[in-house]
Amino acid sequence: MTLRLEERDEARLAGVEGPAQQMASRVVTRLAAAMGADELLDITGAHIDSCLYHGQAVLDFANRLADDGARVVVPTTLNVSSLDLLHPEHARGDPEEARLSRGLMERFEEMGCRPTWTCAPYQLEVRPGFGEQIAWAESNAIVFANSVLGARTNRYGDFADICCAVTGRAPAAGLHLDEHRRATVVIRMDGVSVDLLDRDVFYPVLGGLIGRLVGKAVPVVDGLEPGVSEDRLKALGAASASTGSVGMFHMVGSTPEAPTLEAALAGHRPVEEVTVTAADLRAARDRLSTTTDDDLRTVSLGTPHYSVAEIGRLVELLGDRRVHDGVAFFVSTGRDVLHEVELRGWADRLADAGVSMVTDTCTYFTPIIQDVTGTAMTDSAKWAYYAPGNLGLEVVFGSTEDCVESAIVGRVVRDEGIWADA
Amino acid sequence: MPEQGSTPLVLVAGTATGEVLRLDEPLSFWGGMETVGGRIIDQRHPQVGEIVAGRVLVMPFGRGSSSGSSVICEAVRAGTAPAAILMAERDDIIALGAIAADEVYGLLMPVVVLAQEELDGLETGAVVTVGVDGTVRASDGAPDPA
Repeated sequence: MTLRLEERDEARLAGVEGPAQQMASRVVTRLAAAMGADELLDITGAHIDSCLYHGQAVLDFANRLADDGARVVVPTTLNVSSLDLLHPEHARGDPEEARLSRGLMERFEEMGCRPTWTCAPYQLEVRPGFGEQIAWAESNAIVFANSVLGARTNRYGDFADICCAVTGRAPAAGLHLDEHRRATVVIRMDGVSVDLLDRDVFYPVLGGLIGRLVGKAVPVVDGLEPGVSEDRLKALGAASASTGSVGMFHMVGSTPEAPTLEAALAGHRPVEEVTVTAADLRAARDRLSTTTDDDLRTVSLGTPHYSVAEIGRLVELLGDRRVHDGVAFFVSTGRDVLHEVELRGWADRLADAGVSMVTDTCTYFTPIIQDVTGTAMTDSAKWAYYAPGNLGLEVVFGSTEDCVESAIVGRVVRDEGIWADA
Repeated sequence: MPEQGSTPLVLVAGTATGEVLRLDEPLSFWGGMETVGGRIIDQRHPQVGEIVAGRVLVMPFGRGSSSGSSVICEAVRAGTAPAAILMAERDDIIALGAIAADEVYGLLMPVVVLAQEELDGLETGAVVTVGVDGTVRASDGAPDPA
């Protein structure tokens, strides 16, 4: 297979539009060849993760593009960085690294990216529509865009995201194309209680299990009540993209490319059919915890960034109660969502209850949590998967209700009843 | 999925000589390797503690976060990357790290897809040379100095 380029691509590669376009085009073209694409396609938007500082190489790459005058040619949002610009009091990292991080963030703003600083760009006011070709980075955003919005992106990351945004082009391969979007693995439940199926906590646990089962294949979940909420689909996707490399899933009756099982399979026979039991889900839940120590010091919610509805649910669960003095309670969200939450009067209520809001970054990789001894608790499978390795702490995964009740009494308490066999 | 086309399939072209290190399981570079010494740090990997720097790394396929690209690029910059990476499947995260290192630093780490039978013939410790066309030959000489 040979890569066919259009005249405008050839012109960019020849340097007609300047050195930044030339370099970005070369990266997209070389990536396309490595992926086995036979052409490039136009994209209508991008979401960039290269703005998160982790070493000199990413900074050198951004500097090279920005110094040469690169500008994005499609609407482009920015993922979380390692700094909370709205709450600098959270900063506990190395000041020199913070300086380099800020410098990197500024280079992307200079290139015309919007300083959205969120891992949930699908919660912004404007988001990609069904069928739009986009180049998104950030694993949870990618799986949401493909699965829930029906937009089309591959799993882009460092270097590729910004080069696609600068050229407006992406390799025509993988999840951009119909043939790679159909489901090959069918997931069904057996003996799972109706009560559990109706809980938010079911979705991240199922997602964690699916990621381990399917790796990078496209699964379809069959047999659930239609119309599952975006927040639940978001939790499932984020989990599956952490424990596995899922870039897209279908859920019959809930995601746009799966009105029926046949549609999700695009008329093909599945390669594999898996039945998930209550015992499988309990085991998947247990794999998300690293300790049984109930000495709770930290609660962290909002990975991916909490939506307005999720924060509303937290406000409701807290009522007029306060977080225990021995527990630090963090909620990560986007600055746009925080603004909405402030308008609704919830931010003050959360502050009064002892909840700290974090924006622009996330608590699973940025040193914000002061006390990494004892146990941290989360309702996020992604946080539970990554935080122990990144931060050196022990975690217990629970439902949002479990996290709130535990935070109030100052030790881990979980509702075990919902996990029983049907 | 196994590669359908003819091999070697060159994802990033370059030449390299080094001692083979066969990985029993795929490695996620993000969270799996540190770039100061080029050591495998993934505690769940059977070869944790092995040094990949300067080795011709043989593995079935890549895995893990797309941030692996920047770890590879950073390792190439720091001189702690493998001399070359040989796999049985395409991997755009690994290829992209090598492409970025070439673009920014002009440093080439070849990335090549080979047939499984050919990968099976590469034993840890053998010194091999990877050609610009992706061919792999036993090397008579010592490995290139880093």
